[in-house]
Amino acid sequence: MSEMIDQDQMREKYLRKGMLPTIFCNGCGHGSSLDYVFRAIEELGWDLDDIAFASGIGCSSRIPGYINADGLHTTHGRAIAFATGIKAANPDLNVVVFTGDGDCTGIGGNHFIHAARRNIDMTVILLNNFIYGMTGGQQAPTAPKGSIASTSPYGNIELAFNICELAKALGAAYVARWPIHHPYQPIKSIKEGMENKGFSLIELMSPCPTAYGRRNKLGKIEKLWDWYQDSTILIEDYEKTMSYGTDEEKDRVSKMIQIGVFQNVRKHGFFEEYQKLTDALVTKDDAVRNAGGDGK
Amino acid sequence: MINIKEDWCKGCLLCIKRCPVDALEESDVLNKRGVYPPREIEGRCTNCRLCELICPDFAITVLKDDDYKPKERGKLIIGGITDEI
Amino acid sequence: MKYERDPERIRRVLGDKVQFIQGDMAVAYGGLLAGVGFFGGYPITPASEVAEGMARLLPRVKGTFIQMEDEIGSIAAVIGAAWGGVKSMTATSGPGFSLMMENYGYAIMTETPCVIANVQRTGPSTGQPTLGAQGDMMQVRWGSHGDMEAIAMAPSTVQECLDFTVECFNLAERYRHPVCLMTDGEVGHLREKVVIPDEEDMELFERVPATVDREEYLPFTASQTRDSKVPDFAAFGSGYRTYVTGLTHNERGFPATDKQPDHERLIKRLVEKISDDREKLTDVERVDLDDAEVAFVTYGASARPTETAVDLARAKGVKVGMMRLKLVWPFPRKEIYELSRKVNKIIVPEMNLGQIYHLVKEHAAPDCEIVCAPKVGGEMHLPHELLEYLGVRK
Repeated sequence: MSEMIDQDQMREKYLRKGMLPTIFCNGCGHGSSLDYVFRAIEELGWDLDDIAFASGIGCSSRIPGYINADGLHTTHGRAIAFATGIKAANPDLNVVVFTGDGDCTGIGGNHFIHAARRNIDMTVILLNNFIYGMTGGQQAPTAPKGSIASTSPYGNIELAFNICELAKALGAAYVARWPIHHPYQPIKSIKEGMENKGFSLIELMSPCPTAYGRRNKLGKIEKLWDWYQDSTILIEDYEKTMSYGTDEEKDRVSKMIQIGVFQNVRKHGFFEEYQKLTDALVTKDDAVRNAGGDGK
Repeated sequence: MINIKEDWCKGCLLCIKRCPVDALEESDVLNKRGVYPPREIEGRCTNCRLCELICPDFAITVLKDDDYKPKERGKLIIGGITDEI
Repeated sequence: MKYERDPERIRRVLGDKVQFIQGDMAVAYGGLLAGVGFFGGYPITPASEVAEGMARLLPRVKGTFIQMEDEIGSIAAVIGAAWGGVKSMTATSGPGFSLMMENYGYAIMTETPCVIANVQRTGPSTGQPTLGAQGDMMQVRWGSHGDMEAIAMAPSTVQECLDFTVECFNLAERYRHPVCLMTDGEVGHLREKVVIPDEEDMELFERVPATVDREEYLPFTASQTRDSKVPDFAAFGSGYRTYVTGLTHNERGFPATDKQPDHERLIKRLVEKISDDREKLTDVERVDLDDAEVAFVTYGASARPTETAVDLARAKGVKVGMMRLKLVWPFPRKEIYELSRKVNKIIVPEMNLGQIYHLVKEHAAPDCEIVCAPKVGGEMHLPHELLEYLGVRK
């Protein structure tokens, strides 16, 4: 990593004056995620005039409000659809979507599925805190089995949504998941995702001490961050254990959440294909016109 | 040198807990929000900038002192290994 | 590549100047002529043909067509595309329109210009998908939650489907508001002669761009460059770094949800930017009203049998006329009041159980009798049915 920009310069360049302090609780991971995105953009050398941010509703979706760039704070679950429109209108813009676990996989599941399937060129930064934080702590689709939320007071009986597996199955160009307590891997992944010309999903496991931590006896911020560390395992380590480990080890790791880069491929994005189609049609029409036809 | 913007701090204490060389501690002066922001313990910082990266509220800036010489190195904590260096 | 309107290419792609096409296709033609750069839609009877037309023609003029995963995604992408800097539209029918209500309100709150064509069909719910109705006229005004104004036009012929679509875009760009084209399954699937207007005969209004310095720009306040309550528009990527939110916001676009006056000020401006221009936002057609004692007030498809009924009644000596609303919202209160002072009775034929009827009743003079002439079930009124309201036997 090259010489990092320091925090004073970061604040000056990237943060919207007058919107701070952030609404995030103390110990919330979203603030750190915002910092990582800034550093990734700085590393890429992108101009903030060339980036458009979109977000849905929730704590994660408040993030673009603090970024000194064009931002579209939309309706719950629909950020990815709005972002598709922005990109369609101006394909030169880099489109980054901030969304949450409930926003993207609950109400927004359909838009997420189709944008991934179409390989729309955008970067989706999904902040997963396993809960609906903004509304007070209701159960989210990603909630681990047995966890407590205000609408699952006796413990979650549903299977937890594995977002990265779904994105991988849909053929998304870049899929990664990282918890945010170590900064360098998320920064690198966000950078890779943004560079990738296709649908990039970076799921950041972002702790919510107020809504999730408190209810699940992980209330102290440090304890929650430690839990994220202890319940995650690198994809490579997981695969090694499943291939060579003892039954006890296999059982232990199968309960953990895999982190790392799941998929990183180069694929043509939707708009590249569409541009090819348009160019072919226009060339044909122009040839007809130039040959004296009526171009119908 | 670790520069702390005291009034931006929300008191999560993550910088203190995560510093690999224990170069930060809770101060005893309340900020505008009613929390105790961190303050540097002189002579330990190795400029790794982890606190600056982790802080959720952009409250820490780590500046490089050209004439920096650590007077005392704290224990380097790496998951179980505690070598004095 | 960003879309740029090319009038010569558009007309070349549309083909002959005089054509025999469906209303739905005329809507697509109107969109193309207006310079639409993005269409996001979802199949629904009887509006699918608009999307099909756009799918075929839009890429040939270098615009973008996407069949989105549902209506909610469609209107969302349309709004996103407007902020990306192009004119955008979608087309749907009743069930899709209901789904779009949340984002319709979002477009109003964020002052996003776009056009929604609602090719109405009978409801509620799935109803009669292939048959037309006019049952969403109140929904376009009140269907989304909260306080707002509406702008909606109702074409009666296929030519008007084309012309009104262009006009809807002009209104959308002028007022930075989602404007609805309320056609219906009858006019939408009707084939009629249509004449494609020449460029010189068309008037297009483009959204007013922000030109002040970046530090001074206020994205959500009265215009900073002319006398209008409509703010100047700064598309994404133009360097103004606008923050757009559906939350109640201040002039800089930042959320400001704590204080009562902030919300009141914003909502009143959103409403007044349209209601202040009520005079300009009035467009009615008057037929045989000079000496009329009775009048029909109608709009859209219902105007067709009404026109015939007026002719038949006049032939029998009945002094009857028709006022046809081309712009249904904002409702032409003054015109209706003046009409009600002149005539003794107003009959309101609609393909619903009485929706605009209530507006007529509200704004007419008290001593004018207002009669509701409903028809539901997917059939237009027959002229002799309307004659009965006049007491005329065929």
